Amino acid sequence: MILLVDLAEKPGSLSRDEYVGPVARIIAAIGYEWREVHFSEITAAGITDADGIVLCGTALKDNAFAERVQDLVWLRDARVPVLGICAGMQALCLVFGGSIRPAVGIGMTEVRVVQPDPVLGEPHTFTAYELHTFACEPPAGWVTTAVSDRCVQAIRHPDRPVFGVMFHPEVRNDAVVERFCAICGPAYLQ
Amino acid sequence: MKLGVLCSGGKDSWYACSRAMEKEEVACLISIRSKNDASYMFHTPDVHLVPLQAEAAGIPLVTVETDGVEEAELADLSRAISIAAEEYGIEGVVTGALMSVYQASRVQRICRDLGLWCFNPLWYTDPEAYMERIIASGFSVIVTGVFSAPFGADWLGRNIDREALAELRRYAQSDRITLTGEGGEYETLVLDAPFFRQRIAIGEAETETEYANYRGVLKITRAELVAK
Repeated sequence: MILLVDLAEKPGSLSRDEYVGPVARIIAAIGYEWREVHFSEITAAGITDADGIVLCGTALKDNAFAERVQDLVWLRDARVPVLGICAGMQALCLVFGGSIRPAVGIGMTEVRVVQPDPVLGEPHTFTAYELHTFACEPPAGWVTTAVSDRCVQAIRHPDRPVFGVMFHPEVRNDAVVERFCAICGPAYLQ
Repeated sequence: MKLGVLCSGGKDSWYACSRAMEKEEVACLISIRSKNDASYMFHTPDVHLVPLQAEAAGIPLVTVETDGVEEAELADLSRAISIAAEEYGIEGVVTGALMSVYQASRVQRICRDLGLWCFNPLWYTDPEAYMERIIASGFSVIVTGVFSAPFGADWLGRNIDREALAELRRYAQSDRITLTGEGGEYETLVLDAPFFRQRIAIGEAETETEYANYRGVLKITRAELVAK
């Protein structure tokens, strides 16, 4: 089961269908089970049966998660693969000691994969949809796996299957979510 | 949160409106009348009926006209949203964008510049489930424009019911149209919605049909509100 974490400012918001729904649709289409939870309602017990965790994006004006990082410190101990999308990547940065800075990106952008990566594949260039108010300064030691002219577009934890992408893969880049799902579960972690 | 819903009169605008009403307060509708039939941003054959829909729903309407010149029309949209913010105190905008990055990113930029929220509750929704929900939840939707093979003239004015949806599914298989009309293959008009206080009635004599080579529009010259 893949756990989708809604990072919107409140549970059940109007943003849910825009940022959680499309990711759920991709996961369901490839036959994986999924469940969703708002970040304010997550508990350690609630994530024990997850094979992977996706931190979903938020609306441009919604940066409440960045002021409530204490609600996300459980990510440091997550023992399953994690994929942070946009706000999710920003949350990973903040939780693991990186930072964010104002940098607006709206629309299609060229993303260059600069390091081979399990969710992005071999180095290549592709177009992706971005929608962000902030960009990330990755935590120390993390690998920058993709960039655009504007900002870091993807990062990876140095030792664990924890990934962040600034672009929205649910728009025209389903394969990123599909590859992430493929590495979720005990087989990969062993 | 007070919201303004961008409304072209079609199913996507009104279904997005219904989702917004479930979660927040819809303070007004915002409608752009384009003089350019080829506009990528705003084109529906019967956008002049949005005021009647607004009356049926009991929601105030802000209307702005645009020449429909690419990019300049965005200034007109920005002006309309600014008027809505000033008159109705909206803090955000709702669109019925389904998959159009072109439309969605432009509205996102305008909202960002105006300091407003932007919501797209139908964004990358499952087309099949979405079409089913429209029918199941009691929307009355007719086709007012067709712009692609294999649509015949008989589609103009046709109600989107389960039979029509089944046919759209076949077209999606055989002719690779999008089920929702997202690719501009067809346009719709909402005559009734669960939250409408009255419904729109159109007499047969009050329509004009133009059709040739899989392209056509239903021009509604007169419509009225009637009791539900």
